[in-house]
Amino acid sequence: MIRFENVGLRYGMGPEVLSDVTFEVNPGSFQFLTGPSGAGKTSLMRLLFLALRPTRGLIEVFGKDAESLPRTHYPAIRRRIGIVFQDFRLLDHLTTYENVALPLRVLGRAEPDYRSDVSDLLRWVGLQERMHAYPPVLSGGEKQRAAIARAVIAQPDLLLADEPTGNVDPAMARRLIRLFAELNKLGTTVIIATHDIALMDQYDHARRLVLNDGRLHIYD
Amino acid sequence: MTEIAPEQTGPAMATRLDGASPEDRLTRKSAAIVPQGTTAGTALLAVVAIMTFLAGITVGLVLSVSQAAERWAGGLSSEITVQITPVDGTDPDEAAAKTVRILANMDGVLSAEALPHNELSALLEPWLGSSVDFTSLPVPRLVIAEINRDAPPNTAELASILASEVPGAGIDDHRVWQSRLEIMAESVVVAGMIILLLVTAATVLSITFATTGTLAANRDIVRVLSLVGARENYIARQFVQHFLTLGLKGSAIGGGSAILVLALAAWSSGQLMATPAGAQMEALFGGFNLPFSAYIAVTLTVMGVAALTAGTAWVAVLSVLRKGRE
Repeated sequence: MIRFENVGLRYGMGPEVLSDVTFEVNPGSFQFLTGPSGAGKTSLMRLLFLALRPTRGLIEVFGKDAESLPRTHYPAIRRRIGIVFQDFRLLDHLTTYENVALPLRVLGRAEPDYRSDVSDLLRWVGLQERMHAYPPVLSGGEKQRAAIARAVIAQPDLLLADEPTGNVDPAMARRLIRLFAELNKLGTTVIIATHDIALMDQYDHARRLVLNDGRLHIYD
Repeated sequence: MTEIAPEQTGPAMATRLDGASPEDRLTRKSAAIVPQGTTAGTALLAVVAIMTFLAGITVGLVLSVSQAAERWAGGLSSEITVQITPVDGTDPDEAAAKTVRILANMDGVLSAEALPHNELSALLEPWLGSSVDFTSLPVPRLVIAEINRDAPPNTAELASILASEVPGAGIDDHRVWQSRLEIMAESVVVAGMIILLLVTAATVLSITFATTGTLAANRDIVRVLSLVGARENYIARQFVQHFLTLGLKGSAIGGGSAILVLALAAWSSGQLMATPAGAQMEALFGGFNLPFSAYIAVTLTVMGVAALTAGTAWVAVLSVLRKGRE
């Protein structure tokens, strides 16, 4: 599904933030991406959803070479990827419900078709009572749950989550990880970038990709 | 899709919604992806309204002047005047009558008549006073002939006949005036077109700046849409819808105001006509009549400006989207 081969990345003329990164992600797998702050986790995630081009090396996403992929093909790739950003990236003028429904709206689905799906998911992440609230009045944890709900609503083939449990209490964190695990059981490939050792320990069968000084170490 | 949240609408709305489950409240239409009513949007609305107003006034005036010039030229080209200068030993009134007979027999002349003494007297009144003595003064006589505009008489042949038959007769077919009027009308139309082009260019530039400004202000929206898999055309469509609405509103305000001002000017002109000054103005320049085509032209201008707004936004949005990667 995903293949990185000797990937290097530098910003401008700066030092390489990722060096010779090589790994594969198989369909239906579950992995954590971890490492100290500044190790390059977010950069790696951005390479995965085609927001960055590598300085060198090969990246294949869903069997397509990212380097030679025309821009017009990005939307088709991104529709297969659900992304949870560290900074949530919710649209402030849309309600929680409308933010979560955005990927379905972009797909051209009619609102009555997805209304119950979005409501059910919001109930699952504990935002049922906040579905009409706008992001500026949501707490950090609520925003994070809304961002997760938006990432998974279209049942993506690949879920990328950057610190998805950083702003929620341990109980909600377990609940959200269970949601990711359920999705994984349904066939979604999951990559979660996190610092949370306790969270990773709960799923010790998951693969761990550890970034350190821009180099990747894999623990299967 | 969703109703407005109680905490944002005050107690009245909160009371009305009380008891309804959140799902029950999913009745409002989805909010626009590009937020409405931003400061940049209000400024662009004003710019579009002003530009449409100027374009509408220009179009209306150009059409009005063009029609008036056509009317003057039409009036002039449908008649010729023969001036008979008194010659010693001839009776000018008899010469005028003979000229009328010659003209009546010419092909292409519909009717001819000598200007009566009282009308000649009225023409000369500013210089000679109210009582002109036609017997003692060598007052030229005028013969006015109405001609067929589609098949006018041969003026060279007529001039030759008059030269041999009526001493002192000279033809004025108003060509000099006609060509001057045509030049003036064409100049007004060209000037109007140049103003229209400048207004259009200024509108395009304003919209381009406003679009890029709006895009910069909504960069997060563009990024999020792009990352959830929206195609460039979908994102551009969201912005174009926003700008089309804005363009329609602005141009309707500007075009409506232009129509109002033009109609008011036409009405005032009609009112002024009753006064001596108005009559003088009409004698010099003709009345300010706004043709129906001017209203249609202003309405078309409104639609054109709205389409221009949307089209410019489309190009600007796609250009910005293609520069970014996210």
